[in-house]
Amino acid sequence: MSDTAQSFPTRVDISLTVNGEPVDARVDVSRHLVDFLRLDLGLTGAHAGCEHGVCGACTLQVDGEIVRGCLMLAAQLDGAEVWTVEGLTETGALADLQAAFVERNALQCGFCTPGMLFAAADILAQGGQPSRVAIREHISGNYCRCTGYEAVVDAIETVAGARARGEEVSA
Amino acid sequence: MNTQFVGQPIRRVDGRLKVTGGARYAADFNLDEHVYAVIVNATVGLGRIVSIDQAAATRLPGVIAVISHLNAPRLAYHPHKGAIDPATGERLHVLQGDQVRFYGQPVAVVVADTLDQAERAAAALSITYAAKRPAVDPSASDTTEIMAEASKGPKAYYPADTARGDADAALATAPVRIDAFYDTARENHNPMEPHATVARWDGDRVTLWSKTQFVVNEQAEIAAIFGIPTENVQVISPFVGGGFGTTLRTWSHVTIAALAARQVGRPVKLALTRKQMFFTTGHRPRSLQRVALGATPDGKLTSIVHEGRGETSRYEEFIEALTAGTGFMYSCPNVRTQYRIVPLDTGTPNHMRGPGEAQGMFALECAMDELSYELGIDPIELRRRNEPEIDESTGKPFSSRSLMPCYDRGAELFGWAQRNPAPRSMRDDREYVGMGCASATYPVLFSPTRARARLLADGTAEIEVAASDMGPGTYTSMTQVAADALGLPLDNVRFSLGRSDFPPAPPHGGSQTMASVGSAIRAACAAVLEAAARNREVRPIEAEGSAQRDPEVAARFSMHSFGAVFAEVGIDSDVGTIRVRRALGVYGAGRIVNPRLALSQCTGGMVGGIGMALMERTMLDARDGRLVNAHMADYLMPVNLDIDRLEAHFVDEEDPHVNPLGVKGLGEIALVGMAPAIANAIFHATGTRLRNLPISIENVLTA
Repeated sequence: MSDTAQSFPTRVDISLTVNGEPVDARVDVSRHLVDFLRLDLGLTGAHAGCEHGVCGACTLQVDGEIVRGCLMLAAQLDGAEVWTVEGLTETGALADLQAAFVERNALQCGFCTPGMLFAAADILAQGGQPSRVAIREHISGNYCRCTGYEAVVDAIETVAGARARGEEVSA
Repeated sequence: MNTQFVGQPIRRVDGRLKVTGGARYAADFNLDEHVYAVIVNATVGLGRIVSIDQAAATRLPGVIAVISHLNAPRLAYHPHKGAIDPATGERLHVLQGDQVRFYGQPVAVVVADTLDQAERAAAALSITYAAKRPAVDPSASDTTEIMAEASKGPKAYYPADTARGDADAALATAPVRIDAFYDTARENHNPMEPHATVARWDGDRVTLWSKTQFVVNEQAEIAAIFGIPTENVQVISPFVGGGFGTTLRTWSHVTIAALAARQVGRPVKLALTRKQMFFTTGHRPRSLQRVALGATPDGKLTSIVHEGRGETSRYEEFIEALTAGTGFMYSCPNVRTQYRIVPLDTGTPNHMRGPGEAQGMFALECAMDELSYELGIDPIELRRRNEPEIDESTGKPFSSRSLMPCYDRGAELFGWAQRNPAPRSMRDDREYVGMGCASATYPVLFSPTRARARLLADGTAEIEVAASDMGPGTYTSMTQVAADALGLPLDNVRFSLGRSDFPPAPPHGGSQTMASVGSAIRAACAAVLEAAARNREVRPIEAEGSAQRDPEVAARFSMHSFGAVFAEVGIDSDVGTIRVRRALGVYGAGRIVNPRLALSQCTGGMVGGIGMALMERTMLDARDGRLVNAHMADYLMPVNLDIDRLEAHFVDEEDPHVNPLGVKGLGEIALVGMAPAIANAIFHATGTRLRNLPISIENVLTA
């Protein structure tokens, strides 16, 4: 092993919050965010589907932005605020979307669903009533192999309308 | 039959778990003290392993074991063939020798404390090979087609040869004929969830938390491979993140997970990467087909010739329904089908949604469309003129057949009357617009199944079957069936599946789960009600029930689902981009247990058909068998923006013969018919007939 390799740290210490709770961890520098959450913290709601940022099954939120859990390293997370589907279920931030997905049957196997919900929440956070094409475009990085997508667009459209009118969506 | 819940659009009972991240898929099971296994795959397409240098890998931190054929224990590999395994040949014996049969074959496994350490060590293994050039192209001259053992003889399920009348003579003298070749690509199922197994041994018993569509087969297969009693293997698979056929078989990684766990004496988690799924979890075989049709000038078929070839591996003979629909789809006195397979240096293919029918009906339905233009007869009218009274391939009546009602309903909903029949005649701004249609079919399968029902003191019931739910909604539909059979509210019924110690179920494939498992649950519910009436004091009280198809009824009828699929495409007049503007499918599938779930299952299948038509193709490098696009960025699949308007509909169809529930199944047929409808629409839009799938922009531009 060369001197450079020896001086390069293989593990780093990080302090962050995950779903509002403080977490201190020493992580392998190669540890992906999705693996850190799933394997080290036991938060298995984010799913690894393609390991290179295409399928969107590991989509979650870091510092208010949606990211791919498979394209970020845990080592990048010092000081970050991470939210997963488990956490946003508890806060109720996704409640209307979750209810609409169940109501409209916008899922089958459910493997893509947590990631899909984050992408959906992201376009809804922009406010207003997005067009169906805008919805389709925004969640085109979230593959679904089961439903045919139509119901997913319906569910997001319904929640956008309800939020714009200040109504509640319930299942 | 009480149908308070059956037939109703009930919300899925597992919805809440799935939208909250609470549904646990195989790789979500974290055991105390488990370690990680990473498979190393061959980087040559054929040959032999010459050496494995593991010194560098073994020195890396956290590495517990490097296991290859050099040090792996000899496994028993007792004979075992499940209902979905190829009847002829022998499954891959993994890590048992130096032979490499195909690119990506597992040649070693590394076990380490963490996933990252195992991946690093896997990359550090140095393996040398003596490589030969593999044969991976079934159309190349260095391949030879064979007649599969299991397709020989007239009683074969997928016969190699069938004939009635003299199709070749009738073709030669037909006033109108078309004769063309079709080529459909190798595809991979690509469910969203990668395969994964967590294995833990307790003495000579092993528990597998594993992704599978067939838990009792996984149990039996692993027991046979390790030479242990079946009851020593427990398979647990509560949620399956999509399957489409890929998890019907128990592939080599399950064996490797169990082997690694036994070698290191600790539980092991093994999840395949997306890339590895392309190597060793089956694929839809490429097909090469010829269809020739002869007809009278007024559109009566006089001859159908359908010759098809499909890929298989060198070590197993995979066969499917490539030519199976041709004999009964249309009335015709002279029909000949021929089905051969081509052994290649690849992994064994397996069933992928609409296995065989998807490719076979592509060829037949494109040929029917070609004939319609040759005759100047509307394609739906052509099918009407050849609608059979009975299944002419067997002489039996259909238990039900709604093909023309599907076309009639579909034509009305789709606005078929607005179609100008002339090719390249319809335009919308920059786009040439084309409308096409095609028929779909899939058999109504049924397999013997057992179910257990238990009534508890609090008035609730528990139902248990070793079934699977890869997404369509087995949890929900079976809860509906049980609630009706027991006369209980839905909330008082808890249906559990996915454990090998539950009563056995058939493979969760072939569109037979609703029929088979549903019928068994009805029987178990009736049995437990009877037991409870006899003994009013004892609770909980349980009973088992089973269901099988009445052989006399099965022998009397030809049982199939039918559907009509419509597509409208837009082809950019300058750059040739192909867009499916809308698609519509109408299906006659017997009783629909839950329309909310069934419609989704259909539109999902239709999107699979759009992928087959326009995107999906696993490419192999002819020099070394390498899978060129074994990842999601280059193996294209439809994303949300690729889909515009999609509709699925059902015609009312009562079929008292198929099974006690009157259901025909939906999963498979929903993919069949979409690809030919799109290809036919592309011809209508452009006047160019494209017979190879997937159809790409280049094909449209260069045709």
